[in-house]
Amino acid sequence: MSIGQCNKEGVSGSLSKQDIENNFTDLHSPFNLFQANAESERCLYCYDAPCVNACPTKIDVPTFIHQIKTENLIGSAKTILSQNIMGGTCARACPTEILCEQACVLNSSLEEPVNISTLQRFAVDHLLQADVPHPFNRANSSGRKIAVIGAGPAGFSCAHRAALLGHDVTIFEAKKKAGGLNEYGLAAYKMVDDFAQKEIAFLLQVGGIEIEFDKRLGKDLSLKQLSEQFDAVFIGAGLSNANNIGMSDEEDGRVKDAIKFIEEVRQSEDRTEIAVGKNVVVIGAGNTAIDAAIQSKRLGAETVTLVYRRGEESMSATKHEVNLARLNGVHFIFWASVKSFKEKTPFSSIVLHKTRLENDKLITTDERVELPCDMLLKAVGQSFDNDVVASVQDDDSDLFKPKIKNGKISVTDNYQTSVRGIFAGGDCIASGLDLTVQSVEDGKQAAISMDNYLSLLKDNDHSENDRNQMPSNDSSDHKGVE
Amino acid sequence: MADLRCNIAGITSVNPFWLASAPPTDKYINVVRAFQAGWGGVVWKTLGEEPPVVNVASRYGVHKDSNRNILGINNIELISDRALQINLDEIRQVRKEWPDRVIIGSMMAVIEENAWKDLAIKIADTGVQGIELNLGCPHGMCERGMGSAIGQVPEMVEKVTRWVKEVVDIPVFTKLTPNITNILWSATAALKGGADAVSLINTVNSIITVDLDLMSPTPTVDGKGTHGGYCGNAVKPIALNMVAEIARNDETSELQMSAIGGIETWRDAAEFIALGANCLQVCTAAMLYGFRIVDDMTQGLSNWMDEKGYQSIEDFRGKAVANTVNWNELNMNFDTKAFIDPESCIECGRCHIACEDTSHQAIKFSTSEDGKRHFTVIDEDCVGCNLCALICPVPDCIEMHEVENNLPYVTWPEHPKNFQNVNKWDS
Repeated sequence: MSIGQCNKEGVSGSLSKQDIENNFTDLHSPFNLFQANAESERCLYCYDAPCVNACPTKIDVPTFIHQIKTENLIGSAKTILSQNIMGGTCARACPTEILCEQACVLNSSLEEPVNISTLQRFAVDHLLQADVPHPFNRANSSGRKIAVIGAGPAGFSCAHRAALLGHDVTIFEAKKKAGGLNEYGLAAYKMVDDFAQKEIAFLLQVGGIEIEFDKRLGKDLSLKQLSEQFDAVFIGAGLSNANNIGMSDEEDGRVKDAIKFIEEVRQSEDRTEIAVGKNVVVIGAGNTAIDAAIQSKRLGAETVTLVYRRGEESMSATKHEVNLARLNGVHFIFWASVKSFKEKTPFSSIVLHKTRLENDKLITTDERVELPCDMLLKAVGQSFDNDVVASVQDDDSDLFKPKIKNGKISVTDNYQTSVRGIFAGGDCIASGLDLTVQSVEDGKQAAISMDNYLSLLKDNDHSENDRNQMPSNDSSDHKGVE
Repeated sequence: MADLRCNIAGITSVNPFWLASAPPTDKYINVVRAFQAGWGGVVWKTLGEEPPVVNVASRYGVHKDSNRNILGINNIELISDRALQINLDEIRQVRKEWPDRVIIGSMMAVIEENAWKDLAIKIADTGVQGIELNLGCPHGMCERGMGSAIGQVPEMVEKVTRWVKEVVDIPVFTKLTPNITNILWSATAALKGGADAVSLINTVNSIITVDLDLMSPTPTVDGKGTHGGYCGNAVKPIALNMVAEIARNDETSELQMSAIGGIETWRDAAEFIALGANCLQVCTAAMLYGFRIVDDMTQGLSNWMDEKGYQSIEDFRGKAVANTVNWNELNMNFDTKAFIDPESCIECGRCHIACEDTSHQAIKFSTSEDGKRHFTVIDEDCVGCNLCALICPVPDCIEMHEVENNLPYVTWPEHPKNFQNVNKWDS
């Protein structure tokens, strides 16, 4: 990796275009056939394998690896994609070290676990590059129409499964490009060569899925409208509000959302034009914070410091990601919270206050540290934008407003919201882990629930006709973090 | 340090490792390199009558495991395609340069007395310590009435052996083909013909793979393939059995044996010797790794012998023969049960699914609340088949424990459930 030295304040311009391009190549090299065969040979082909149970989408890992071993690569990819249609992205983005690879039985014989993610990437990439028809066939048309809000992992997973089950799907996407966090939110070196778009193109080959861009729920669309036009609706709108860090001058131009920054890195045609600080401070402890920190460094920031108000053991980023950040030269400051900027002489800096635990409560002390900082990236999570479902213009909008619990859409185990015919999944509900792979599972399961729901509707039954027969809105069985 | 010298048919070799008659022993340079590397002897690549044969391009095919390791090779190369006189001159030269090493001359001819006799005399004249009769080659030469075409007919085996014995005064090794129904028939024939020793096994007739693009067996020669001779570690079990059959059969037990068939390591070698082999021949392992493997073969065998207290090859040669018996002589009352060590188990579940699907449903699978997977043998259902212990990926995790039942040694002929006995007792 090339290391940057900034020569003008606020914007690093020290790295050449070539340096930066080199810094954003594939984080992990893909396997060739020989490497894939060798690695597949390490898999013990466990029975009722722990890795399968550790995968939120329950990919049959031993089977797909066995299929690599026998060079049945199309079959292998199909095994993966039948459970997880975004298996290509998950192979690149999943923290497998806390999922399938953590469950690998080889760990207990003190060996490295099987490199499941790279094998999965090998198989899926093979299929995506092969000149073969889409591997899944749609069921006969049900004549039903489904609206999907959000062209992210949850939305696409739902749309693909619903299309397979014979329904026609329209996806409404607020942005100009599909992919959601796969396109905008994952670190650039994890998703090289425009993979998110390639995967979407593959997924759309199934047929029966249309996408309408620039259509934002709560602005251009309402749930009432959609409920009238479609037989069922799936909300996979994600989280669009970045949480604040509680700084006195959060509106300061030097403060940026890490998610927006990552989006810029992903979308930029010429990364030399991305404004990155000379001294970058990232506030947060999750994988987004890590992604933002590493990419700042790779863009040429001189110092990148990740500040977290608790200890390393409490970080939600995986050990693997934290180590990756350290390898990239990111510094860590634990037990500190950021208060304010200090004015610019001789250089821009921020003031950190030391924190500690007192009777299990986090206390911010008066002990202060100053840290040079001309760009502060906040990565302390995102929250659901209530306006999406709230600010509907219609008079009877409340009837179509799903219940919100603890800031997320409340759903039953079947991904049904409190409104009949409206389902939700992905980051905008509280389900399992906050990961792409979980969103894919949500979308898939929601599609299966919607299919059940639709199969119970009478032939001429349209959602608007039987509002009075709506099931109870009792949310006692709704999920939600208490 | 153990004495690795061995003796076969009156020939003494510095160690029991010879290179078999095959491509590695085709010419002066190969053989000299082999002797430099430490091989005790070579059987020179088979010589035929003039004019020499012509070989094709594309000669080998392989059988690999999924880890790309070669399990076996199949070859369609014929005997030496060099002029007879060149071969004879080179043999004479190497004999002179390496007097302490063994060279056996291998030969084949059509089934005519003079053809065998004339060639045998020429070869013996070079100073070789013995002659090996190639009656096994299963490809090409058999279509010309040689190789396995002779080896598959016991009467011809006997006749050819006798012809050569009549004209040379050096030991004669009759090389046997495994492509027969009963190895004892050809072994007995060799003995009757006066063979000083038998060499076995020659390659196994095989089609190694089919190229699914070309739709042709491999190795493929211009779009077509033919059956060839299978060799390498995969054929070792076949060879071990044939060697053991000769060793434990009263009529053939006096035959000395130069054992061949998939010997890759000192351990393979020790197994053949334990079943009665006097010396060994290796080919495929050298083709895969080069002549240097003999180093570990000699060292490993010597170290193992030291460990076991065997001072010479003869100390353990044939020691496993007495324990190689017919099924009817096994103890029906012997019982073992699998035991899975929960400490070393890595919870892969392979033992469970193998037993559940294909054996006796004798391994219980349960998951405790902490998520730990438990695999436990149900003793009442375990028949002691070994399958779980064999497939377990963790060394020594599953062991077979002998059940001490204090029952007498009872063979099937003596067994109460043998209906012949039931009838006997009924009457």
